[in-house]
Amino acid sequence: MQVVDQGGDKMVLHVGPQHPGSGHFRIVITLDGDYIIDAKPDPGYVHRGAEKMAEYRTYIQNIPHLERPVIIDATGITLPYVLTAEKILDVEPPERAQYIRMIMAELNRIISHLYWLAIYGIFLGHSTMFMWPMGDRELFIDLAESIGGTRVTFSYVVPGGVRNDIPGGFKERALKTFQYFEKRIKEYEEIFFNNPLMQSRTVGIGILKKQNAVKLGITGPNLRASGINSDTRKDEPYCFYNKIRFDIPVYKEGDSYARCMVRLRELQQSMDIIRQVLDRMKPGPIKHVIRGVMRGEPGEAFVRTEAARGTMFYHIVSNGERFPYRVKISVPSFRNLIGMSHLLVGSRLADMPAIYWSLDYWPVEADK
Amino acid sequence: MSKNTITETKLVKGLKTKFNKQITEEYVEPNRIKISTSPTNLKAVALAIKELGFDQIISQGATDYPDDNLFRVEYHAICVSIKKFRRIMFAIMTTIPKNKPEIETLLDIWPSVEFHEQETFENFGITFLNHPRMERLLLPEDWDDIPPLRKDFSLPGRD
Repeated sequence: MQVVDQGGDKMVLHVGPQHPGSGHFRIVITLDGDYIIDAKPDPGYVHRGAEKMAEYRTYIQNIPHLERPVIIDATGITLPYVLTAEKILDVEPPERAQYIRMIMAELNRIISHLYWLAIYGIFLGHSTMFMWPMGDRELFIDLAESIGGTRVTFSYVVPGGVRNDIPGGFKERALKTFQYFEKRIKEYEEIFFNNPLMQSRTVGIGILKKQNAVKLGITGPNLRASGINSDTRKDEPYCFYNKIRFDIPVYKEGDSYARCMVRLRELQQSMDIIRQVLDRMKPGPIKHVIRGVMRGEPGEAFVRTEAARGTMFYHIVSNGERFPYRVKISVPSFRNLIGMSHLLVGSRLADMPAIYWSLDYWPVEADK
Repeated sequence: MSKNTITETKLVKGLKTKFNKQITEEYVEPNRIKISTSPTNLKAVALAIKELGFDQIISQGATDYPDDNLFRVEYHAICVSIKKFRRIMFAIMTTIPKNKPEIETLLDIWPSVEFHEQETFENFGITFLNHPRMERLLLPEDWDDIPPLRKDFSLPGRD
């Protein structure tokens, strides 16, 4: 933290890039007394040039590569890539693979939201709310590991399907975990969400009005917390989301508390989706095997999906070679970043952590 | 006209009546509309699309075509407020010469484009005129090479 005295009551405060909570990201805040009068985000500390590197890798090599920006939501970032690559390569995955993809995507959403909740707890000084979600997250990581083979970086979804079938006994273990976790959600609400201390830090803090959320291009749970009922899984269903019945949690308040509640309710929705998928799934092939080097026809494709933080967008241009000609990734954290300076200006410095992490900004994802 | 592209075709028809030959529709697929226009018409076309209800920019980028000596500048617009348009995405494309990489910003039409245009500026060297903060966002401060997403910049050890 670096402080520059501006004379008078004004002061410039550099939060990050070594701040323990912000990740590798800096925000330059100008204060007038206790109030923030200017906030300038400074991303880029973990910029690795993922888009350029993707031009030097084959379609299959790009899967573990493009997973790196957001490893806690690995399927969230690889699934749209694979869907885009499949349009270029003109392959259609089998039905069972589509369902398994949905299981992985929803497990990853839960894993990512629990990570967010743990950090949000510690941001507000509630260390039990750090320990509990981090511990419960391991159960979902175990489920995902039994499918994908690793704890976080699965590289599991591939063009043409998924790498391997779900193991025997998965359904029973998943249902047992969900049964346990549903009880835990109630305990989370009791100890944290209904806690007057937590509410006094978040209710009415960092209000993002509906029209501003639309104007600024805010996406994902943050948009839904401002009263917009938009979710790519409903708007433009991919995989078999159109065959599943689920609700999108929407809150109209637009404050930090509403953003927390949207994510809490999404945990339940994701479990409900997986339950329905497990019931609908039938035995069958899991991969359409592509022989030889994958080469697409010259052309382009653009695809969006709903990742944990919002809409993930890929635009791939192919010239018929084995490497993509251009890969454009538009990640939700990068689009939500603009909301941060909007929300911080006018608020008190002490409210900064409650606003900052309620947006679930992931610096590595935004920087690519 | 396929049954599931009725809304898409109507949208393009409306734009075509307004702009006549100033826009080219490249394809109209279910949920996807790609149109191109000249850099001078871009702003008017963007404004018309915004007025249709496409209120957010989901992505803004560019592609380098060194053989043709031009950049293609791309805007992808979506709608979050009107339910029937939520499934549709507009791709608006224009090309600018590589020796004069300048184009008017669309920041006043879509404020959500702010950081995207900054990213395109540093990665391709394209200047967005009248953008208030045409400065680097993600690249290191001491980057003194050519913009990295141009095709003539090659990764060390890869060529």
